[in-house]
Amino acid sequence: MIRLVPRTETPALLQVVTPVLAVLATMLAGGLLFAVMGYDPVAAIKTIFWDPLFGPAASYSRPQLLVKAAPLILIASGLAVGFRAGIWNIGAEGQYIIGAITGAAVALTAYPAAGMWIFPAMVIAGAAGGWAWGMIPALLRNWFGASEILVSLMLVYVAQRIAAWMAFGPMKNPEGFGFPGSRNLQQYPAAANPELIPGTGAHWGVVAAVLAVLATWFLMSRHIRGFHIRAAGAAPRAARFAGVKPETLVAFCLGLSGALAGMAGLFEVAGPAGQITDKVGVGYGFTAIIVAFLGRLHPVGILLAGLLLALTYIGGELAQLTMNLPAATVQVFQGMLLFFLLGFDLLTRYRIARRITA
Amino acid sequence: MFRAQGIGKSYPGVRANDDVSFWVAPGEIHALLGENGAGKSTLVKMIYGLVRPDDGQMTLNGQPHQPADPRAARAAGVAMVFQHFSLFDALTVAENIALGMENPPPRRELSARIAQVSRDFGLPLNPARRIVTLSAGERQRVEIIRCLLQNPRLLIMDEPTSVLTPQEAELLFATLRTLADRGTAILYISHKLDEIRTHCDRATILRHGRVVDSCDPRAHSARDLAAMMVGGAMRPIDRSGRRAGEVLLQVGALSQPAPSAEGTALKSVALTLRAGEILGIGGVAGNGQDELLAALSGEARSAPGTILLGGADLSRLGPEARRRAGLLAAPEDRLGHAAVPDFSLAENALLTAGARKGLVRKGLIDRPAARAFAESVIRAFDVRTPGPGTAARALSGGNLQKFVIGREVIQAPRVLAVNQPTWGVDAGAAAAVRQSLLDLARSGAGVIVISQDLDELLELSDRFCALNEGRLSDPVPTEGLTLDRIGLMLGGAHGMEVAHP
Ligand SMILES: Nc1ncnc2c1ncn2[C@@H]1O[C@H](COP(=O)(O)OP(=O)(O)OP(=O)(O)O)[C@@H](O)[C@H]1O
Ligand SMILES: [Mg+2]
Repeated sequence: MIRLVPRTETPALLQVVTPVLAVLATMLAGGLLFAVMGYDPVAAIKTIFWDPLFGPAASYSRPQLLVKAAPLILIASGLAVGFRAGIWNIGAEGQYIIGAITGAAVALTAYPAAGMWIFPAMVIAGAAGGWAWGMIPALLRNWFGASEILVSLMLVYVAQRIAAWMAFGPMKNPEGFGFPGSRNLQQYPAAANPELIPGTGAHWGVVAAVLAVLATWFLMSRHIRGFHIRAAGAAPRAARFAGVKPETLVAFCLGLSGALAGMAGLFEVAGPAGQITDKVGVGYGFTAIIVAFLGRLHPVGILLAGLLLALTYIGGELAQLTMNLPAATVQVFQGMLLFFLLGFDLLTRYRIARRITA
Repeated sequence: MFRAQGIGKSYPGVRANDDVSFWVAPGEIHALLGENGAGKSTLVKMIYGLVRPDDGQMTLNGQPHQPADPRAARAAGVAMVFQHFSLFDALTVAENIALGMENPPPRRELSARIAQVSRDFGLPLNPARRIVTLSAGERQRVEIIRCLLQNPRLLIMDEPTSVLTPQEAELLFATLRTLADRGTAILYISHKLDEIRTHCDRATILRHGRVVDSCDPRAHSARDLAAMMVGGAMRPIDRSGRRAGEVLLQVGALSQPAPSAEGTALKSVALTLRAGEILGIGGVAGNGQDELLAALSGEARSAPGTILLGGADLSRLGPEARRRAGLLAAPEDRLGHAAVPDFSLAENALLTAGARKGLVRKGLIDRPAARAFAESVIRAFDVRTPGPGTAARALSGGNLQKFVIGREVIQAPRVLAVNQPTWGVDAGAAAAVRQSLLDLARSGAGVIVISQDLDELLELSDRFCALNEGRLSDPVPTEGLTLDRIGLMLGGAHGMEVAHP
């Protein structure tokens, strides 16, 4: 029989190799799945992983890569900081939605005024909204010991209800012929988040994502706060001895990841999405959890993982269009990726051994 | 019964074992002696299947012994009590023991067996308690009982008595003797030479990973054994040149509720500490030692006015602010409390020395400075390790202990509080650690030493108090005190006995 035996030492190389292995295994298993469903597996994998970048229609899909990767990277950077400390914010999706709403609220209130201050004010409001939504699980944990995992997750559903109410009620476009949904911010220049360099897909969210990667890298490797976060995750008692207050860390990590998620929501609603609808949340907040782990909670890893998962979004849509693959393909792929990653991760902590009979 | 032949093992930068050969007979209590980092733990980890030897062979009962993992080793009849605990904090004693078993019996039966063994061997333990609530000594007991339940043929003990009280240790030796008389071979690692001289049949001595000698420990004095380990004579401790100065630390009416259901509440603890003075606090583990240290270090805050340093009230301040004020502490549990196991020594230096040593400026970490500081601790305290980049968990137990104490001493505190400063430290290094505490006091600092080792307290302290169920006795001058008198004085401290009259 084969068993798992804890490793005494973890080879450093495995840390880098496992995510790559997970991606390859996902392609393999995905191909197998397509073959069983009667599609050409090689063509399907090529459509998802190759064509968006280098295929015939690449000029349309390539800009989409940055558009989709930006919110993933922005959110995942914040989540990873908390995950390093053992603080599990699972509700980034909710913070994203609230950030989109509070950010849009600034624009809709200011409408139709023009002014340089409007867009920055929206960004701040979006971050503040996400921060506040993240502080709810933080305070509940600090005051009552409530699990931040459950509370943050539940708040996603509350946020979705609030978004629906906004889209049908207070934020409904008065000139929208009764259709649900707010004004389109793309058509309101002072509030719009346009493509900065034509043909790249890069909007302010991309800039923010790059800044977030740099800032969290700096925080985790150079700043004492990041050091304390790592210490708290590795040995909570030692961190407390060093002088870390667990309550402060909980508030900091949930607040930071909430603010970044809220900002991502604002950039999306002011840019690619354009308006508040009952479907503002499209799952970036959940996918970002996969991005964070696939990227090994490391800023550079997150950058790469964000681009890869963005690719699965675009490739999935492309495959749906050109090959008639089911719409659930993307989710299946992302699910498989996490599954394989966790599976291979086991091998960094355990090695396989044959059972020796007693 | 057990034989090792030419065993070798290398780690990056160190040859932990080199051509080690020795044997253990059935019914024998065999001591493994050596300085910190001599390779004792590495050797027994190979016997227990945790580490694979690079070269050499082992035989057990005439069969080749090449365990792929601890499970295989256990199946072959080897059991081990570790130097560092491998218990899950959140689980109960019984659950932890069940986890380590191949086919755990039903919970009720297991609890009954645990209770039975703990009675038989005089190691009191409640199977329903959660590990997180146990003191270090009690945790060790869990490990020992876990092994005894397996009825092993070769029992390995890596420093099992370092956190036991002398009385508990005596009981353990009675247990070991019974086991040995039934034919179990026992391989025993300890730095307590007197203990080895009274209880072990034979000793193998390691130095720098090699076997340098094998002898009958009863035929040698502790001093001889120590000399064999280090390959040279030891320096006597120097207590001279200290004078009590002004009052530095005043603790008064310090009462703290128990931090957990099984923790100990502190009950109006009061003490004064003068510059240049060493105050010894004796008592059995679990009587408030950890809680007292936490109240001093700032991990636990207390009522205003209960802790004054040079007249300034520190009671409400956290560990960082207290360090800046000059009150430093070193807790007992080095892996996971005093140090982060997965962090390098440089990072662990940063853990407590950030403010006083200027390793952090405006929130930014000065990594070269942290490295340099770690290096200075390593040099000054003779920590045997390849360098400041080594992870704390890769250090031998005693070497990490030297690092953890050295890190605080080098910061030149006004007051230093240490708990079990020489736990698991070899005789030579223990003398060095004690000397460094004396030197610190000579330079005008006040030192509080909490320890279960009466010899240590007598050797170091100027005044002595006993901590018993969270109450601190009035101090008595150590001058002229004998171990017997302390034993009497500690009448209130249950189970505290004199190590060796
Ligand atoms: N996992 C590891 N990685 C690297 N080096 C290691 C590792 N484990 C042990 N060493 C090194 O091997 C040497 C022997 O260590 P070992 O733990 O066997 O010493 P020891 O005799 O048990 O000492 P102590 O009395 O302090 O417990 C030391 O120099 C130590 O730093
Ligand atoms: Mg050891």
